[in-house]
Amino acid sequence: MNRFSDRKFVIAAIFIFIGVVFLLRLFYIQVLDDDYKLSANNNVLRYVTQYPARGLIYDRDGELLVYNEAAYDLMVTPRQVKDLDTQNFCTTLGITKEVFIKKMKAARNYSPYKESIFEKQLSAETYATLQEKLYSFHGFYVQSRTLRKYPGLIAAHTLGYVGEVSEKYTQENPYYKSGDYIGISGVEKSYEKELRGKKGLSVMMVDVFNRPKGKFNNGEYDTLAVTGQNLVTALSAKLQRYGEQLMQGKTGGIVAIEPSTGEILAAISAPSYNPNLLVGRERSKNYGMLLQTEGLPLFNRALMAYYPPGSTFKLINDLIGQQEGVLTPNTSYYCDGGYHMGRQTVKCDARHNSIQLRAAVQHSCNTYHCYVFRSIVDNKKYKSTEEGYQVWRNHVLTFGIGVRLYSDLPQELKGMVPSVQYYDKYFGKGRWRSSTVVSLSIGQGELGITPLQMANTMCIIANRGYYYTPHIIKKVGKENLHLSKFKEKHYTDIDPKYYDVMIDGMQDVVDIGTAAGSKIKGITFCGKTGTAQNPHGKDHSLFVAFAPRENPKIAIGIMVENGGWGASWAAPIASLMIEKYLNDSIATPARHALEKRMLEGVIIMPKK
Amino acid sequence: MREQGGIFKNLDPVLVALYVLMVIMGWLNIYASVFNDEHQSIFDFSQKYGKQMLWICTAFLLAIIVLIIDGNFYSAFSYPVYGISIISLILVLFIGKEISGSKSWFRVGEFGIQPAEFAKFAANMALAKYLSNINIKMTDARTKIISVALILLPILLIVLENETGCALVFFAFILVLYREGLSGNILLLGTAAAILFVLALLINKFILIGIIAGVALLLLLIVRRNRQNLAIIFGALFFASATIYSVDYAFSHLEPHQKKRINVFLGKETDKKKAGYNVNQSLIAIGSGGLSGKGYLQGTQTKYDFVPEQSTDFIFCTVGEEWGFVGSSVVIILFIILLLRIIFIAERQRSSYTRIYGYGVASILFFHLLVNIGMTIGLAPVIGIPLPFFSYGGSSLWSFTILLFIFIKMDAYRLQVLR
Ligand SMILES: [Zn+2]
Repeated sequence: MNRFSDRKFVIAAIFIFIGVVFLLRLFYIQVLDDDYKLSANNNVLRYVTQYPARGLIYDRDGELLVYNEAAYDLMVTPRQVKDLDTQNFCTTLGITKEVFIKKMKAARNYSPYKESIFEKQLSAETYATLQEKLYSFHGFYVQSRTLRKYPGLIAAHTLGYVGEVSEKYTQENPYYKSGDYIGISGVEKSYEKELRGKKGLSVMMVDVFNRPKGKFNNGEYDTLAVTGQNLVTALSAKLQRYGEQLMQGKTGGIVAIEPSTGEILAAISAPSYNPNLLVGRERSKNYGMLLQTEGLPLFNRALMAYYPPGSTFKLINDLIGQQEGVLTPNTSYYCDGGYHMGRQTVKCDARHNSIQLRAAVQHSCNTYHCYVFRSIVDNKKYKSTEEGYQVWRNHVLTFGIGVRLYSDLPQELKGMVPSVQYYDKYFGKGRWRSSTVVSLSIGQGELGITPLQMANTMCIIANRGYYYTPHIIKKVGKENLHLSKFKEKHYTDIDPKYYDVMIDGMQDVVDIGTAAGSKIKGITFCGKTGTAQNPHGKDHSLFVAFAPRENPKIAIGIMVENGGWGASWAAPIASLMIEKYLNDSIATPARHALEKRMLEGVIIMPKK
Repeated sequence: MREQGGIFKNLDPVLVALYVLMVIMGWLNIYASVFNDEHQSIFDFSQKYGKQMLWICTAFLLAIIVLIIDGNFYSAFSYPVYGISIISLILVLFIGKEISGSKSWFRVGEFGIQPAEFAKFAANMALAKYLSNINIKMTDARTKIISVALILLPILLIVLENETGCALVFFAFILVLYREGLSGNILLLGTAAAILFVLALLINKFILIGIIAGVALLLLLIVRRNRQNLAIIFGALFFASATIYSVDYAFSHLEPHQKKRINVFLGKETDKKKAGYNVNQSLIAIGSGGLSGKGYLQGTQTKYDFVPEQSTDFIFCTVGEEWGFVGSSVVIILFIILLLRIIFIAERQRSSYTRIYGYGVASILFFHLLVNIGMTIGLAPVIGIPLPFFSYGGSSLWSFTILLFIFIKMDAYRLQVLR
């Protein structure tokens, strides 16, 4: 016998004591206390998610761009479906028995106990008849939701769309449940958190016949849905709409920005689509249809398409030349109709003879700009072509070209400014000179710039050396809190004093130069035409501008695919948009004729 | 010569009957908790009851293997078994599969194995082996340190795996140490520490230490101020402060969801949607069972997925809802009978290894019962540990089966040796 043998009684007593405590507690909650007897008549709880209304979206003048419309989903909890009059049910919904079986099976596979969507977005009539009979369809109930509506039919790419969240995303973000909606592109995506609000939950008691018996515990477990915040965008619906009309029948992109704030006034991608197509039951069908449509309407050219900037790029090249000290307004070069390197020639439109900087901008002299480029890259200061080129490239990057601008629109691409490594790989290390890549000076070759970046460079010149990150948002809810990061000035590394001569030259372009056909009566503005070489067909028509010259209100970048010369399509369309934005209307008969020609003009896309 | 079927000879019929009864009751309740019309076959392995059926069959097989192995084996191989268990606890940290934040599973196809479950009987064997040594006295400091170390090692590893609930089970061994001669004061001290632990979470640490210091001061005034009393009072004061500080420190290093659970349990926070929600739903399910229950497979609360993890940690809800107070009482009484029977058998052993091992079995089962049922009826915090023999899960069923049947075998072996 063990010395501590008596301790068995202590331990046994502990065991018995706990057993007795448990029995007493169970007796209390199971027999005495009525608080937990909610199931005395077999009530069950139903969890109903309260979907908040998504925030509305306005333009800068208060025009409503996006609102919500009520929609009704028929939900099912398979385990609760009992004694269903299937025939009646199918007739009410207008579905066949096969469809019914298929849908029930899908719901059961998801979960026999949890509710899932049986039929999405019932039509108004179906909802009305169903409502009357719903009491007899045990296990079914209707969940109200909202659908997005786009009354203006504009800015489809910028506003984006809302769709069902992917399974994968619900696993990473527990806020979302299967079947929930989420912003998939555009503003709907970037401001999803602000727009969506917060879901609520109400716990209902229902009896075995699925009849609501009121809130469980007086709603103590309920949470209220919080409506999403409204957004005011920087878009000008007026300008956006006008731009979209002008781009009818054409392909390309336009971005307009307010230089003093960085606010995106318009972002146009043509061809576009009706944003209401990507809403509701028909969404995936329409999406598939749009994917097949010629001209790729789903492709957001304003932010994603990049083209060689053509002559519009000469401005940047000249600014770099001045900053590097190899170019002054008085520098003159001789143009005999082209720039010659051995047997190769970069052709010029005309023979400009001896020409200075301002005139070279006005006439867009290729020869002049080739000289400028080579003087920058071959500067004696730098040991090699590579080093000189690197200096040139670094200057270019500060203009927001070849880098992402990090605007608040998804999908933005960074364009292309080839690196030293790129050319080393392409030509071989040490096997390329400034002459090899001289076409960069006139915006051809491997350069790629998006319309957003084009407009942004105009903001830089209008502001004489800086830009604000372009952004679509003006206000979230009632506060401007989100805007702080858009209040920061981003400087180029070009001294402000070098901009004056460029601005003079750009005014000449509009007054007496390549874009003289797009003059606006009463508005002095500055611009530059461009033509992007297109190996697949007719060249792309480009134009950049800001207006008015003093206190600029709008900077614009436009690209019309296969439009030929910059002056033929891009400059007129941009000038009309500028006039409309600044003056609200088009003034003279001559301008009206131009407007008509632009509106009705159709550019046939070459077959690829 | 032993005749055929000898392995079933001398088995304690009460223990074996209780075991079989509980496992069957457990399966019936798992079936009820996941029951639905679509899956009817009890061998449907896509369903939990189908899998559990497989676990039960293999558990019976394991029990038979445990009984076949020679009675000397367990005592002789206690340390190697313990060593293997520790190694697998370490291995799982590196090659284990992470399931909801815990890295404690080896995954084999559809099925998972949790080494932490098996560490229970391994630690029990090692402790029994060590304490049954003739030269060991529980009063020696060395004995205490080694015993505690044997217990603490698996605790540490399991905490690293993020299975805090499972690690807590090892504290049950304090009952074994008590039975083997650990001062009753330490048992009291342990209880006091547990109370202090809860208080430390409830009250600001400075206020709490202030109160305790006040009590100590009061005691100093009342009692005779001889050396022994002073040592006790200051020792207790130091011990209390250290406990409070370490609790405070540990709490501030918990995961947010664990903090929340504790706060909800202590009533500091009302969170009816998350941690508190489980307990509330569980109480509703059990409470709605009434005196005689709603009848088998008739439960609504447990059936409609209102109680989370109802086939594992909250299996007792199904018992409570469908079988009522009568059924839940039967389950609790069966457990108490099992525990008392184990103690009774342990005390009749001549081999101290078997006795100590038996107390270990009783302690582990008791701790699981205490925390699991305590949790479902709102008397203990929500710590996810299974109800022995009832809860769904292969690792825990296997582990409890091995734990219990080693004891049954050793008890039977005792009689064989006598003959
Ligand atoms: Zn020229």
